[in-house]
Amino acid sequence: MHNVDDMRVLDSARWRIAISLTAAMMVLYFGFILLVAYNKPLLTRLIVPGLSVGVLLGALVIVAAWVLIWIYVRWANRHYDAALAAIVERR
Amino acid sequence: MSSLGEPNLIAIAGFLIFIALSLGITYVAAKRTHSADQFYAAGSSITGLQNGLALAGDYMSAASFLGIAGLVALSGFDGLIYSIGFLVGWPVVMFLIAEPLRNLGKYTFSDVVAFRLRQTPVRVAAACGSLAVVGFYLIAQMVGAGNLIRLLFGMPYELAVTIVGTVMLAYVLFGGMVATTWVQIVKAVLLLMGAFLLAMMALARFDFNPLALFRAATDRYGEAVLGPGQLVSDPLDSMSLGLALMLGTAGLPHILMRFYTVPDAKTARTSVIYATGFIGFFYLLTFILGFGAMVIVGQPEIRAIDAGGNMAAPLLAEAVGGQAFLGFITAVAFATILAVVAGLTLAGAAALSHDLWVHVVRKGRALEAEELKVARASTVLLGVMAIGLGMAFKGQNVAYMVGLAFAIAASANFPALLLSMFWRGFTTRAAQTSMLTGTIASLGLIYLSPTIQIDMLKNASAPFPLRNPGLVAIPLSFAVAIVVSLIWPEPDAAAGFDAVEARIHVGVDHSKAPARH
Repeated sequence: MHNVDDMRVLDSARWRIAISLTAAMMVLYFGFILLVAYNKPLLTRLIVPGLSVGVLLGALVIVAAWVLIWIYVRWANRHYDAALAAIVERR
Repeated sequence: MSSLGEPNLIAIAGFLIFIALSLGITYVAAKRTHSADQFYAAGSSITGLQNGLALAGDYMSAASFLGIAGLVALSGFDGLIYSIGFLVGWPVVMFLIAEPLRNLGKYTFSDVVAFRLRQTPVRVAAACGSLAVVGFYLIAQMVGAGNLIRLLFGMPYELAVTIVGTVMLAYVLFGGMVATTWVQIVKAVLLLMGAFLLAMMALARFDFNPLALFRAATDRYGEAVLGPGQLVSDPLDSMSLGLALMLGTAGLPHILMRFYTVPDAKTARTSVIYATGFIGFFYLLTFILGFGAMVIVGQPEIRAIDAGGNMAAPLLAEAVGGQAFLGFITAVAFATILAVVAGLTLAGAAALSHDLWVHVVRKGRALEAEELKVARASTVLLGVMAIGLGMAFKGQNVAYMVGLAFAIAASANFPALLLSMFWRGFTTRAAQTSMLTGTIASLGLIYLSPTIQIDMLKNASAPFPLRNPGLVAIPLSFAVAIVVSLIWPEPDAAAGFDAVEARIHVGVDHSKAPARH
């Protein structure tokens, strides 16, 4: 039964990380959309000639998607795969 | 003066080379496609990089290449909102769907939903959701294809639709998933190369400095082009579209199906890394393409050719690279359409044959040879339907149908898929009602929305204020799923969740997998 418990622990760890990262992506993206909707002057403001806050934040949302995926993959490759392999081996 | 719409020898040559190459791929693939596993899932032998490219090829439609570049060219920053929206669904696919889906299913996402629930009702509802998504997406692609090819080559609309439908049918019918995958890979490479070259040639005029390009845009059109404008006037509307794009990606049957083409969950993970990298890079390029066309071609010139701006990228190609480069980009746009419709048709055929015929009509007792035959017959049916629908919707505004397809995917497919993997208490009745609720609510609300009521039926007002149903339909579908599960628990389904837990991380050899009926 020990093995089943380990699997449950790993299972809930994976869902916890998956849901936290999904929530992070939603907060970032909908934060951006809400700024677009409610704070147009801020997004139109130029940081340097040719670059507005809006264009910069938009590009950063795409970069943020990459970063979140990188965080997940790092966790999965280092921690999840090893823990799973250990459980499967004990079977 | 642009030569768009006149027969362009290089475009026609490039297009013929692509068709010859892709039919050659199909010929090779056809020799391998003798089993259902090959037809639906390419024998699960695709690598992570290959699947990443194929996912990108399946997802980046001509609408994103030509449509978003045009939107950015005509409205600046507002167009970028779409670029971003189409990318943010991919992390969701990665975190919540890709690996569990690979471990729990075989050919379609309904395999996962039906895993521990009663097969017949779940399969019927899931097939309805899949076919609705595939149908609307196909109409949008076919009508777009007909219009684009008419604008690009000067070819009659009906002929263009027929050619696209027939060539796509040849890929799927004879080459199944193997041919579809390679067509998507070739297309993704061509599209990424084409968009990158075009962006570089445009940036060359600005010392390869994007900020100099953006500055040139503000000098000519004012600083407003770098900030939000009229397109996003209603915050709730943008939230609704955003939610549909984000969660809909994780419910698109043709995208989900691609995860069965790789050997295991870890490769599914790798393929999303590549796909998100390529797709994000592509959408960042659309920033450059749009502003490049705005400055180098000019907004009035773009509008003169097509009021919607769809020709911005080809016009930019002509302006920076002449006839030859225009021909190349045109051929790439054509390849793009073909790869997307092939993926859609294959997903639709899998819903008809694997879900409806094998699991509902034959109760899981069909032989593989029979399943393959039905899959091919379904492919022909869908191919003919695609051509017919393309012609039926000629001249109509179908741009909203992509948003509708995403809304149905997000509200009908995504909640049931997620809950079936995540929640022990989820039941057959809940899966069925939430999938039907999502589909019906999306269709009903789009009918009551300003898109249909004001823009198409020319009524003064619309009963439902939002242009995308996502913001209502998605939470509604989740709520229905949860409430129905709580009111009518299903002990068998809860007991079956042990098997889900046992398989969601390690997968299983499909030849030994038991099925419940």
